[in-house]
Amino acid sequence: MKQRISTRTVVIGGLAVALLLAAVVSYYASGSPDGLERVAENLGFAGTAGEHAAGDSPLADYGVGGIGDARLSGGLAGVIGVLVVGIVMVGLTRLLRRSNSDSTED
Amino acid sequence: MHVPDGFLDGPTSVATAAIAAAGIGVALWRSRGSLDDRSAPMAGMAAVFVFAAQMLNFPVGAGTSGHLLGGTLAAVLVGPWTATLCITVVLVVQALLFADGGITALGTNVTLMAVVGVWVGWALFRAVGLVLPRRTGSVPVAAAIAAFLSVPITALAFVALYAVGGQAPIPLETLTTAMLSWHALIGIGEAVITFLVVGSIVGTRPDLVRGAAGRRPADLTRREAQVPA
Repeated sequence: MKQRISTRTVVIGGLAVALLLAAVVSYYASGSPDGLERVAENLGFAGTAGEHAAGDSPLADYGVGGIGDARLSGGLAGVIGVLVVGIVMVGLTRLLRRSNSDSTED
Repeated sequence: MHVPDGFLDGPTSVATAAIAAAGIGVALWRSRGSLDDRSAPMAGMAAVFVFAAQMLNFPVGAGTSGHLLGGTLAAVLVGPWTATLCITVVLVVQALLFADGGITALGTNVTLMAVVGVWVGWALFRAVGLVLPRRTGSVPVAAAIAAFLSVPITALAFVALYAVGGQAPIPLETLTTAMLSWHALIGIGEAVITFLVVGSIVGTRPDLVRGAAGRRPADLTRREAQVPA
């Protein structure tokens, strides 16, 4: 019988892979327009895209404003994104878990 | 395929925002109380992984790239209701913090990727699963096929929205052909990533994968096969 790998190990492993992808591997991602952007450019409706309302965000376009080094700026933006998504998910899943809890403490 | 502000007109964006809100509302309602010590951390991991993977645009040729949409992946891992919430969180963080995907287009993006992408992926996963052996080994295969098909279908959903409320007049046939051909290529990447992630978790802890529920591990099947009836 194979020893069972704990849920914690699986989840931490997955998070570690995600962090590595966002912090390091993302630097090597393709900078080419994606499928929708390519179609919009080729068919001539790319110009209808408006300025992004959060375009002045210090993290706009997956970089940290003020950091010149692309590898550091993009990697840091990735780490921040992973943390923010993770924190929001922890809050959300707690909310969803607790609302049906039959615990008398709440 | 993050839609920026301005591609679709106001009324269409309002309509997709309403669809998105309804989808999120029902998903919240259905996920309520369903998360436990195993599924809650998996939901967090799924969302974080999809965010990270979406940073990794892969080239699909002719100066064009694509990235994981993640709807099928999340649905297979945590079930479609929770997956809708996972992808929504990713899209909201991307739009508000990283200026990726318009803010008035957030409803459109949630509708496309968190509702259509997740549910089409899940429906296809279940449909393909019906014709494959009832073993956990079939799960990554079904997930990959569903992931592949879900991308061009989500692209078609964008075309449908564009037909209703596109700002610039574009011949629909041209738009359909262009969207389908690029997104069929992107679907290959979607299938590969989905196969690898689902496969690695199914290989270690199939009980953590929602889409593997009710399927027997291969070694168990083999063991039972050796026992004479």
